[in-house]
Amino acid sequence: MGQRKTIEIDYGAVDTDRMRLNMGPQHPSTHGVLRLEVELEGEIVTEVVPHIGYLHRCFEKTCEFMTYPQVIPYVDRLDYISSMNNEWPFVMGVEKLLGIQIPEKIEYIRVILAELNRIANHQIAVATFGMDSGAFTPFLYLFRDREMILDLFEKCSGGRLLYNYFWVGGLQHDIPPTFKEDCLAIIKKVRETNAEVNNLLIKNKIFIERITNIGILPADVAINFGCSGPVLRGSGVPYDLRKDEPYSIYDRFDFNVIVGEGAMGTLGDCWDRNIVRVNEMEESCKIIEQAIAQMPDEAVDVRALVPKRVKTPKGEIYCKTENPKGELGFYIVSDGSTQPYRMRTRATSFINLSVLPEISKGYMISDLIMILGSIDIVLGEVDR
Amino acid sequence: MNSNEIFDKLKSEFGDDIISLTEEKNYDPYITVKRKNIKQICLFLRDIDGLNFDYLVNLTGMDWGKELGVVYHLYSISLKHRIVLKVFLSKENPVIPSVERCWKSANWHEREAWDMFGIQFENHPNHIRILCPYDWEGHPLRKDYVEQETYHGMRVPV
Amino acid sequence: MGLLDRLDNPYEIDGFFLGTVEDLLNWGRSKSDWYLSFGLACCAIEFMAINASHFDLMRFGSIPRATPRQADFIIISGTVTLKMADRIKKLYEQMSEPKYVMSMGSCSNSGGPYWEHGYHVLKGVDRIIPVDVYVPGCPPRPEAFFEGMIKLQNLINNQAIFRKRSSMSAEELAQLEERNQKQKEYMERAAIEYENYQETLKTGGMQNPDYNGKYTINLPKIRMIDHE
Ligand code: SF4
Repeated sequence: MGQRKTIEIDYGAVDTDRMRLNMGPQHPSTHGVLRLEVELEGEIVTEVVPHIGYLHRCFEKTCEFMTYPQVIPYVDRLDYISSMNNEWPFVMGVEKLLGIQIPEKIEYIRVILAELNRIANHQIAVATFGMDSGAFTPFLYLFRDREMILDLFEKCSGGRLLYNYFWVGGLQHDIPPTFKEDCLAIIKKVRETNAEVNNLLIKNKIFIERITNIGILPADVAINFGCSGPVLRGSGVPYDLRKDEPYSIYDRFDFNVIVGEGAMGTLGDCWDRNIVRVNEMEESCKIIEQAIAQMPDEAVDVRALVPKRVKTPKGEIYCKTENPKGELGFYIVSDGSTQPYRMRTRATSFINLSVLPEISKGYMISDLIMILGSIDIVLGEVDR
Repeated sequence: MNSNEIFDKLKSEFGDDIISLTEEKNYDPYITVKRKNIKQICLFLRDIDGLNFDYLVNLTGMDWGKELGVVYHLYSISLKHRIVLKVFLSKENPVIPSVERCWKSANWHEREAWDMFGIQFENHPNHIRILCPYDWEGHPLRKDYVEQETYHGMRVPV
Repeated sequence: MGLLDRLDNPYEIDGFFLGTVEDLLNWGRSKSDWYLSFGLACCAIEFMAINASHFDLMRFGSIPRATPRQADFIIISGTVTLKMADRIKKLYEQMSEPKYVMSMGSCSNSGGPYWEHGYHVLKGVDRIIPVDVYVPGCPPRPEAFFEGMIKLQNLINNQAIFRKRSSMSAEELAQLEERNQKQKEYMERAAIEYENYQETLKTGGMQNPDYNGKYTINLPKIRMIDHE
């Protein structure tokens, strides 16, 4: 091993032709149908123009024709990796308009399922991020564990990916009798695999060298671009709606907000964003454990408060929760009928993606893939 | 700071441009403003100590039937307070200054509002469609939108 | 008695194994269909799960290929929007014959949940390319996908390479006719499109609406770490 030294190259004086490269929309590492128009100087990225809308499924228009309960399946299909989390802000908003108070037990069930889905989402995020960098084995490990979570969701709702489980005023079905044991088994497995993946991937020297000091996102830029979730927390801003404005019953749990610390390189680089996700899985496990311990035992009719016909009073509210990817909010405008007058989505991935051109300039084109992977977008939410 | 104090502060600075504060049941408290000085108002909200709205949560284009509108949801990460701004625009001339200079996240939001509602943003750096194809016709989220029959030889309605 | 049973005790049989070249070719093709690794929407996530450890698609002999030139079949897994439709057509055209299309999920079958109000959704991918196997579901369960996979393998297995039409059963004939019909419709559409394209070339070529020709770039200083 020789010495490290840093060379500053000023390409401004060099007179070469730049190349425009089209990446996507069917590129394997754009995580869906994203198209990036990249301008290159040699191998160095000078400009990135994202073109989105290849999965624009007219969500907001469709909602205007649907009654409130009918909207829930469409909400599932926004961020299709974390459907349970998606349903929550919408259901919460309508409940707020209707003035329904949810029984405690249902709140606990919702918290547990949302946190489980957060784990599943982060597993996919870490797995695909590893795969982008060439590590295939963690992908298989993490997907094996994700199946356990999906099995539990299937026992609850009948669906593997899209659940339609949180209903306005309650839940679709009661939880299965083995719910608690299943949760504990999942947590145990998640912790085991995390330890394994930590050794295999996260603390691997090759991986660290690959992703530190690229895609540096300073905190003020992140705030100005409206980022949220692990992207913002990776830059060291402890903004987490579960702590800042506790909704539901999150004020009863003891957990930490994970922020990036620049442990391996500069604050706000790809490694920080990734490690936030890895550590958040552990925090979610903690929340689930506490929730299971606190959850009241007596049976409750989960459909008791579900209204036959949802007719909201006139009003406009913005309802938000902390999704795995960041703050998901719905701005529901109700004109007093059974259908929303307007449903505006604050789509997390949409906003997080808009920071990509800012943070990928000046790095190699292969780094661009890693930077994109570290933002963790899902195209269903970007394009809606 | 609560919404009354924010309203008073804005009123003393901008006078007539600030129309009213509405606090009702089922409504997040919102301030209705005129469109002309929206950029100055936003810069004021962002930069003055005690307000510090450094985070644009959401920017919504609206079709209220008779007129169009834009709704801004603002949040302050350091002071943890929220406010909603509302602007109404006429259907004939839906033009409003861009706030991209204040919050970079407004860039894509405003492009989307143009795409979906046909609201034009003055001085926007890249004022093109974002979700629909670049050669799409019409603005889909308007209440009086009619789908085009074909697009590139493919039938659009069912 | 299948082939594998004979392989178990090779010393007991003396004789030979009879079959047609066509069967051999089809057997080889159907057990090694490579697919284009490409996903569209929610169904693609389910497809990723099918690919991963629990369900293990590779036991069907399917390997993902990143380029359409090497792929035998393409899985349309998710919602096809009008913006994306041109791309899918292009991908299909880039694949080399023989090629198959599998439509996964209600969205690509018929528009799915978006068929009524989705102004930007193509209502069925079979409006632009011929589809061989439809897998219903939103999203289809992995088991359903495997059913589709077996259907596709059967389709390939029964395909006639050298056989004359006169020696086919009625069922096979119908299948062949259907496929030919679909291909013919597709080719007709493609011919019209090609003519239109030639027309646009005459009038100055297609405009790239994304390019506005005024990018000014200030090159950043680049920091590189050098290992000596
Ligand atoms: S069929 Fe259902 S799961 Fe599949 S892409 Fe369409 S909406 Fe998503």
